[in-house]
Amino acid sequence: MSKLSAAYYTLLTRWQTLTGNKYFWPVFMIAGLLFCIAASTFEFLDLYLQLILIYVGINIILTVSLNLINGYMGEFSVGHAGFMAIGAYVASLLTVHVFPPGDQNVLFPLAILAGGIGAALVGFLVAIPSFKTRGDYLAIVTLAFCMIVKSVLENIDAVGGPRGLLGMEKLTTLPWVFFWTALSVWVIRNLVYSNFGRGVLSIREDEIASDLMSVNTRQVKIIAFVVSSFFAGIAGGLFAHALQFINPRMFDILKSTDILIMVYLGGIASIAGSIIGAVVYTILLEILRPLGVWRMVLMPLMLVLLMIYRPRGIMGMKEIRLFMPLRDLVTEKLWRRKKKEAPDVSA
Amino acid sequence: MTYIFQQSLNALQLGSIYALIALGYTMVYGILTMINFAHGDLFMVGAFFCFLLAVYFHLSFVPVLLLSMLGVACLGVIIERLAYKPLRNAPRVSAIITALGVGLFLENFTLALSPYPKHIPPLLENTTWTFGTLSISSLQIIIIVLSLVLMLILDFIVQRTKAGMAMRAISWDKTIVPLMGVSVDKIISLTFAIGTGLGGAAGVMYGLAYPVIDPYMGIMVGWKAFICAVIGGIGNVRGAMIGGFILGAVEIMVGAFFPSTYRDFVAFTLLLILLIVRPYGILGKPQPQKV
Amino acid sequence: MSLLEIQKLTHRFAGLCAVSDFNFAVEPQELVGIIGPNGAGKTTVFNLITGVYRASEGSIRLSGQELVGLTPHAITKRGIARTFQNIRLFKELSVLDNVRIAHYGQIAYTPAEALLHMGRFREEEKRITNQALDLLSIFKLDDSAGEKAKNLPYGLQRRLEIARALATGPKLLLLDEPAAGMNPNEIIQLMEFIAWIRKTFSVTIILIEHQMRLVMGICERLVVLDFGATIAQGLCSEIQNNPKVLEAYLGVEVVQ
Repeated sequence: MSKLSAAYYTLLTRWQTLTGNKYFWPVFMIAGLLFCIAASTFEFLDLYLQLILIYVGINIILTVSLNLINGYMGEFSVGHAGFMAIGAYVASLLTVHVFPPGDQNVLFPLAILAGGIGAALVGFLVAIPSFKTRGDYLAIVTLAFCMIVKSVLENIDAVGGPRGLLGMEKLTTLPWVFFWTALSVWVIRNLVYSNFGRGVLSIREDEIASDLMSVNTRQVKIIAFVVSSFFAGIAGGLFAHALQFINPRMFDILKSTDILIMVYLGGIASIAGSIIGAVVYTILLEILRPLGVWRMVLMPLMLVLLMIYRPRGIMGMKEIRLFMPLRDLVTEKLWRRKKKEAPDVSA
Repeated sequence: MTYIFQQSLNALQLGSIYALIALGYTMVYGILTMINFAHGDLFMVGAFFCFLLAVYFHLSFVPVLLLSMLGVACLGVIIERLAYKPLRNAPRVSAIITALGVGLFLENFTLALSPYPKHIPPLLENTTWTFGTLSISSLQIIIIVLSLVLMLILDFIVQRTKAGMAMRAISWDKTIVPLMGVSVDKIISLTFAIGTGLGGAAGVMYGLAYPVIDPYMGIMVGWKAFICAVIGGIGNVRGAMIGGFILGAVEIMVGAFFPSTYRDFVAFTLLLILLIVRPYGILGKPQPQKV
Repeated sequence: MSLLEIQKLTHRFAGLCAVSDFNFAVEPQELVGIIGPNGAGKTTVFNLITGVYRASEGSIRLSGQELVGLTPHAITKRGIARTFQNIRLFKELSVLDNVRIAHYGQIAYTPAEALLHMGRFREEEKRITNQALDLLSIFKLDDSAGEKAKNLPYGLQRRLEIARALATGPKLLLLDEPAAGMNPNEIIQLMEFIAWIRKTFSVTIILIEHQMRLVMGICERLVVLDFGATIAQGLCSEIQNNPKVLEAYLGVEVVQ
């Protein structure tokens, strides 16, 4: 074992005991879930606030999952609303028409899961054109995909055609949203800090070099697309059962634009950034509601200003410590310490 | 047979409008490798200028067209100066998101000023000639001929003039051109002015052909025109024209033979297939991989 | 059996013959140089071996296994790694991540295990990280493990590229102009370094180079390419006095 590895392990143990970082997530998770359950059963948060929190959660799922493609992989997908639509329709059809009447709360997670799986299957298909083409052409493919989904849904009478689908019960509650949001953030964080995730990053940096360094770029792209569209489908299912009404127009290109804005507002290739972007955008829209139409004039203006003064978004390419695995964190800490001692790396 | 001819005429009309908008996308892309997603909304602003000038200033067709083009061109240049120029060295995607933001701003700003759809008065006397079952309106002819003339002028500018040569040079290599004594900023502004001006002209024509206009009309038309630019091979001026006519033809023909709700579905599926077969568009050339 | 055996390799770009009828064999542990004027097709040969281009004709075998038609990552996984003429690191990623990515072909966990942090994931990540750190400390890069690759000085970037290539666990290492942009002093250091890599990692090395001092100093055998054709092959001393080679480099008039 090298000197560095040894130093690294001593630091690892010290870091763990000193900061108590180990306990942060379990405590946060339990407290958050308890808070959500309490808030929705005793209604100490009024329904409007609960609804906003539900939208915040759904938007976090959408933003984190799209960031995988647009931020970490550096492609430009504009079809996220299409995957969301698939999840929303699959889940709603299940709860409205397929599942037996009775306690829907038990079957609800299954419906959401099915929506995610449906979207993931389609995501697998969309991944295939991304093998050959890059950048702007993926934008076109996903754009066309998004419009095709909308157009297909409008032409199927069984799902209500352009009028949409009604009759969902309000099954999306705060605890469920908390659960799915935490799950999506956790899974995507795990992916990003695995060798598959590093593969995703290396595709953004230099696809040919990454292929030559033994990264199976096709496999990586499929994983990224399937995971990303799976969570978009989950978000769609939750969205449908929060609003209790969906139609194809809700999932058009404007919805995708919304998600894109949250991603780039928060910052590319950052889990924390995605969460910040989704929270800031959703809450700001609510706060500015008294402005009426002018809020929609103000928001894009703020986005443009942000892009000019901070082109990489709030947290672009940066991560806060809580989301980083200890291993990476310690390497970084060690390097910072070394750098302080000997500022010139080349020396 | 006459039915098909009739539909071809409609396709030409729609196609020439798409082509005019697609040109704006492709010119900006060619010179800055940036997708100006606000372009569809500049097209919408063109239609609204047309409405303003026709209703409040009672101008006739020619001044309306020229003033709208000028107005949109100025707006395009201002947007470039204020929003895109600071981002020229930033990551490419920041510029795209800025463009999306500018587009949303234009849509919502127009919406805030005019919440209800507007109706453009007929600016031209529209005579319709009928040959059996075939009917040709003078408006159709004017739209098609005018777009073709505009496109020919553009093609002349790009291929034959000094400014056009500078544009093509910048699209090849941005670092060398300033060394040849060409002001890159001026050429970029000129490109934006021409590209968005054509978009404005398309807005006026669209407003005459389909007179009800609303602030969100630019989104769908804009994205479709972007697709035209891509099918033609983005960055390629002639490709954009071809792409526009192809999409126009596909949409009208699908609408003619299938229920109209299938139009988008069939059109976009065909586009996907075309792109899978020719990922670089019809006139685009694949960039060689360099290792 | 030879480690790498290339037979009748030919490659055309839209009619232009970049490499024609290239025959070449490398024995295990050899250090061979490919030289030739600019545009002679040297890098194209590397691209053909590593699968970036698919050869128009001919065969490339690694320990008897055909490589033509395989994807680059499959070829890398079989034991060929390379560096690039103009450094192609993952610039925005940390030095450590650059090396860890190159372990992609060796990871034993499945995507599902990675997503849910189950099974072999933790052990494997630990193993990869430790291997990467060890490799970095061998290359004296451990001090900058957390630094972004683009912030390294030029010489260290070159070194990191070699480290990254070695992390894939190759039998054959292809170095594309490793001495580009180096001064004579650094070239001498590089010569020792390459010899040392060959010994420590017991790899076979093929290198493309313009610097005659380097090539003549460490290579056992040379291949000379000009306009895609092989004009000479043999020991360094033979090549040095080969009239055809002098002609290709200096022009006919000078030689006469």
